Amino acid sequence: MDYITLIQLLDSTVRLATPLLLACLAGLFSERAGVFDIGLEGKMLAAAFFSAALASITGSVWIGLAAGIASSLALSAVHGLASITFRGNQLISGVAINFLAAGMTVLIAQDWFAQGGRTPSLFGGARFEPITLPFADAMANVPIIGPLYEELISGHSILVYAAFLAVPLTWWILFRTRFGLRLRAVGENPAAVDTAGVSVVGLRYAAVAIAGLLCGVAGAYLSTALQAGFVKDMSAGRGFIALAALIFAKWRPWYALWATLLFGLFGALETRPDVIQSVIGIKVQGQILSALPYLMTVVILAGFVGKAIPPRAGGEPYVKER
Amino acid sequence: MTDTAPAIELKGISKAFGPVQANKDISIRVMPGTIHGIIGENGAGKSTLMSILYGFYKADAGEIFISGKKTDIPDSQAAIAAGIGMVFQHFKLVENFTVLENIILGAEDGRLLKPSLSKARKSLISLAEDYGLNVDPDALIQDIGVGMQQRVEILKALYRQADILILDEPTGVLTPAEADQLFRILGRLRSEGKTIILITHKLREIMEITDTVSVMRRGKMTATVKTAETSPPELAELMVGRKVLLRVNKKPATPGDVILDVKGLRVVDGKGVERLRGIDLQVCAGEVLGLAGVAGNGQSELLEVLGGYADGTGNVTLNGTPLDLSGKKSDGQSRRARGVAHVPEDRQREGLIMDFQAWENNVFGYHHDDRFNSGLLMDHAAIRADAEDKMARFDVRPPDPTLAAKNFSGGNQQKIVLAREIERNPDLLLIGQPTRGVDIGAIEFIHEQIIALRDQGKAILLVSVELEEILALSDRIAVMFDGQIMGERAADQTDEKELGLLMAGITDTENEHSVAEVEANLARAGGDASKEV
Repeated sequence: MDYITLIQLLDSTVRLATPLLLACLAGLFSERAGVFDIGLEGKMLAAAFFSAALASITGSVWIGLAAGIASSLALSAVHGLASITFRGNQLISGVAINFLAAGMTVLIAQDWFAQGGRTPSLFGGARFEPITLPFADAMANVPIIGPLYEELISGHSILVYAAFLAVPLTWWILFRTRFGLRLRAVGENPAAVDTAGVSVVGLRYAAVAIAGLLCGVAGAYLSTALQAGFVKDMSAGRGFIALAALIFAKWRPWYALWATLLFGLFGALETRPDVIQSVIGIKVQGQILSALPYLMTVVILAGFVGKAIPPRAGGEPYVKER
Repeated sequence: MTDTAPAIELKGISKAFGPVQANKDISIRVMPGTIHGIIGENGAGKSTLMSILYGFYKADAGEIFISGKKTDIPDSQAAIAAGIGMVFQHFKLVENFTVLENIILGAEDGRLLKPSLSKARKSLISLAEDYGLNVDPDALIQDIGVGMQQRVEILKALYRQADILILDEPTGVLTPAEADQLFRILGRLRSEGKTIILITHKLREIMEITDTVSVMRRGKMTATVKTAETSPPELAELMVGRKVLLRVNKKPATPGDVILDVKGLRVVDGKGVERLRGIDLQVCAGEVLGLAGVAGNGQSELLEVLGGYADGTGNVTLNGTPLDLSGKKSDGQSRRARGVAHVPEDRQREGLIMDFQAWENNVFGYHHDDRFNSGLLMDHAAIRADAEDKMARFDVRPPDPTLAAKNFSGGNQQKIVLAREIERNPDLLLIGQPTRGVDIGAIEFIHEQIIALRDQGKAILLVSVELEEILALSDRIAVMFDGQIMGERAADQTDEKELGLLMAGITDTENEHSVAEVEANLARAGGDASKEV
């Protein structure tokens, strides 16, 4: 495998890791506050559709992004209402959101565009275009770092950079701010937060809303940046891989970055079977690579690689007791 | 004195939960700079009253005055603002946060943590000086002992400038030495002008530390008296509404053959930590062996292995025949077949299924008995009749076998479990925390049953964190610490002080030991103890 192939592989890793990373951070906020969210998939899918639809109708990708975020936030509100206010089962609420999004997006797409459940292809201002960073062209011919800068670091859409900046930001919010302290506390022991005079419900809604925001961006990225338009079920299990990455990352922001990059690499390799064959000399089926994130999560959960301890109050609605 | 306004005055507080009147027209005055005890049985309404004061519940009627000023307390935030701090029975701490983080939680100074943390660190130092409350601000809660965690709770309240401190059953999880230490701290707080409300069901604590005591019974305040002018029997009578025997009447034991013989018993838990490190003990027919110790020092594991639902290694014989400690023959069913009955420590999780009715709970573990089955089907009529009979004889109230277990009070739940296990005429009874969360009246009854079983020549292994209970019931007492037996004493030749030192892992009980030494020892035994409770 030559250097350029490696750079290309990593470049595609970054692009495939971006939605995973955004969804993983979404799950991180929600679960750190004690609300399990298996509805990441559904929220991403809904956001992918509404982003593409509104971008197609208005011709503006930014309006599309806003619509995607709004739709994802709406589903977050449903999840919050069911699992925080009415203390319902968080898993069931999440499953319902996934089903709702899967059916609703295709149905509305058919009604609006009559193209078999897809949106029209997006082009021009209706898509997030790659950004060329300064001097990228000039540096392209510099050996080693030239291609690295031009291919791998430069030339992504703005959402990719936003996703990667979200990692230090998440870390800073969680571990350096009052909000972060309270958020982590409410996922560990909501009674401690409640008796300290802080609203458990308010904190959990805030966390769920942040998750909605991030899932919205992830969905918009899928349909307006990674691809040019919405197709049925285009989230393709990414929400679940993001959950796997979250466990893999032990609910920590920096680990989440590495976990999603790793899973992104598997995705990139899946499209380049020739690369694997040339490196290890064996032909590996793509399906094995797609199964890897899940297999690795099982290994992690079985406790082989350190212990992944979820937030203690995760999944449990808070009921005041005397 | 007459012109000093009470720190707290409650007037005509009432609170109902559905048909249950938890507080009925309660009025109380707590003077500043005093320790005011509130005593009563479980379910008497003490916790409800304090929850109203701390803004957890809203009273249906009544008024609250803080330092003479009428105050509304709709939520905890308002209570904190009014200078009220509360130390709950189950600590409200975040286990994987540091002491400092727990202290500032909810009382941060700004959006960023750094300034709040350094301010809290400074004020922690001065609080430690003022009140003798030393803690390591950077220790994780999960790594420190229960006594230390409680101190963090007190500091949390003081950091929020509480002038009034409410403590709910604070000594339930402490060793006698730690409890003494707590009382010293409370004394110091009082002398600095703080007002303290101490909720407890232990008469000894009321007599030891309070200035005034209020007694609650069935949602009503039955009396408020000066502690110096009352006595334990009088308080007990006020609590229960009738005369109560505070001591167990029992004849000296007449031990027979060795029933249970344990040698070198070891248990390793899921994390690879050795929880029992070579236990040797014997229980004879016709005697009660009491196992004392702070919760989490291996007592639970011992009961689990002997009861057949945890694996261990070592030599254990029952009536001279070896007992399997792992594998197929080591489960509750095989143990019952060998004549071992078990009243588990946590009756709500291990002794009963809370949503099932009393008659169903009455046969668990014995549901294969011929008398409860006819052919393939269970004989419901027989089971019900049996349940009715047991409930009558064990005075379970209400005597309604179709009521779900969760709808009985703690004491009556325990009677249901006890009846099921004792009535099978076992050779060995394992009984853990027989009266935890049980009313004084029911305690008396349960103790009588245990002694009656002993007098029938049965072997009884009793585990309890209540030293008084161990002393009252046992013939011999073994003390556990950190997975080992620290020593064994005849019940009539020892006292709380000696047992307390053994409980802290100090075998040299003749000499004086400082509190610091006891604490250091307890901390060494591992903060894990705290998680057990």
